[in-house]
Amino acid sequence: MRLMTLALTLVAALSFGLAAAPARADIQVNVNRGDVQPLPIAIPAFGGGQVGADIAGVISANLQRSGLFRPLDPASFIEKGLTTAVQPQFSAWKQINAQALLNGEVTNENGRLKVSFRLWDVAAEQQLLGWELTANPENWRRVAHQISDKVYQQLTGEKGYFDTRVVFVAETGARGSKTKRLGIMDQDGANPSYLTDGSSIVMTPRFSSNSQEITYMALRPEGSTIYLFNLDTGRRESLGQFPGMVFAPRFSADGQKVAFSVARGGNSDVYVMDLRSHTSTRLTADPAIDTSPSFSPDGTKIVFNSDRAGSPQLYVMNADGSNPHRISFGEGRYTTPVWSPTGEFIAFTKQTGGEFHIGVMHADGSDERLLTSSYLDEGPTWAPNGRVLMFARESAGGASKLWSVDVTGRILQPVPYPGAASDPAWSPLLQ
Amino acid sequence: MVTSFNRKTALRLVLIGTAAASLAACAHHPKPSFPTTPTAPAAPPERTAPAPAPAPVTQGALPGSEQDFVVNVGDRVYFDFDKYEVRADAQPILAAQADWLKRYPAVAVRIEGNCDERGTREYNLALGARRANAVRDFLVSHGIEPGRITTISYGKEKPVDAGSGDVADQHNRNAHTAIVSGARGG
Repeated sequence: MRLMTLALTLVAALSFGLAAAPARADIQVNVNRGDVQPLPIAIPAFGGGQVGADIAGVISANLQRSGLFRPLDPASFIEKGLTTAVQPQFSAWKQINAQALLNGEVTNENGRLKVSFRLWDVAAEQQLLGWELTANPENWRRVAHQISDKVYQQLTGEKGYFDTRVVFVAETGARGSKTKRLGIMDQDGANPSYLTDGSSIVMTPRFSSNSQEITYMALRPEGSTIYLFNLDTGRRESLGQFPGMVFAPRFSADGQKVAFSVARGGNSDVYVMDLRSHTSTRLTADPAIDTSPSFSPDGTKIVFNSDRAGSPQLYVMNADGSNPHRISFGEGRYTTPVWSPTGEFIAFTKQTGGEFHIGVMHADGSDERLLTSSYLDEGPTWAPNGRVLMFARESAGGASKLWSVDVTGRILQPVPYPGAASDPAWSPLLQ
Repeated sequence: MVTSFNRKTALRLVLIGTAAASLAACAHHPKPSFPTTPTAPAAPPERTAPAPAPAPVTQGALPGSEQDFVVNVGDRVYFDFDKYEVRADAQPILAAQADWLKRYPAVAVRIEGNCDERGTREYNLALGARRANAVRDFLVSHGIEPGRITTISYGKEKPVDAGSGDVADQHNRNAHTAIVSGARGG
């Protein structure tokens, strides 16, 4: 079980990297922490023609981008034509230093794709996984993402995040006169489509936990509107009319509530609406700015942004608005707090030293770590397993682009979506 | 829809350019304090004002028209970083806005609060709301009926200066008084 040991070591190193961080924030980007070596994995093209090769390619790209795996160059493979019907020649895979091997086949059964695959521990010469999935042919990428998730979970012990989508704001046009449309794509940038026509500025979309509903804000000269948008039906509904300007909507983890801000008479406060009764409750009453609420996954608390102490900082209150207390105490300006899906961490944007950073801290504000640094990094969103953050990065005078970084700060890379984009929000795992 | 909005924005930028030009040309203007503080933009943002020949506007602004307001009063005041207090250099402009609005009581305005890009989106929406409200309060305290004024925050969504850096940031920290109805000459 040499491979399993390696995998566990990997996870331990990651956890250690975050938990044992010094209190001093480290703003180095792309620094190796915990000496994590990506696991070498061989993924030959699946049998069954082009779609088999394409599926293997998507899986390789997913695992590579996670930073935890190093897919080996197929040109180095010695054993050719491996099928799921036979045992691999393990010596041929050991020889190229593969520690894991994933192979599979695609067949067409009555117009549906049947994809079978096996994951092998090369050193132990054992099968770790053997599965068969069927899907409509147009969903071949989702099959690849689901296989990626199974491999990731088997080898790291944590759930994957590849069979997910990202809703975001697609930007076109020059700075100063941008058109902003709501976009949605697979987490790897594939299959982008657009949900609004750009006739009004849209911003800050968020997924519901059922992943078929999103909430976002549209801004027009006449005022702002928070919408609920059902991705299955295409039905769009306004949250309602409020005395003042509404913004910053987010679902509670159970999808039954939306927290948001209302600016009235220059003062912004946090409200929450129960979507069943459509009654809204004011949660903050401070004359300062109170905005960017984010529920804890258990629904009992809300982290939000307030400048009640003179500069924007992060605060946590109970979900009924009681007991607000400050959790950020470092130098600089903290905004856009987002509670992690595991409940353990809060990600945020921090402005200090003329730069913007994406950072994480424990939910009580301890162990702050800055993961990125640039002219403008903003608005982190968590992958559903809490291992990766996506955010928007903009250079001075440049276009906004989507980037991702893992929670150790080690794996920082652009999201493979070609256009300008901002305000990403990651979906839960699809069902 | 998009196109018409963009055209309207472009027109407004041209008008701002014209306003600054007319101030510069007119040294005896009653309220010359508009560009006096060092941080205030003394000239229109070059990158956003491709300004075609503005002659028809500068020479013949119909009293009570939107052009009159923009050219002879000034429709935009500026703020310091992360601040919403009305600055000393903004007060004469807002006082002139109030005088003009008293002279033309049919006019309704929308105060649009704007922010630079050195802040995150939602915080800037809240900050822009503060700026719009500060201008609204100023006008109300100078005798304008609250019912004639609406406010909106654009946050950092509608920069008048598409550049980056201190100069562009100062241009973009502003409150714009937009005439929504009641002006003469359409």
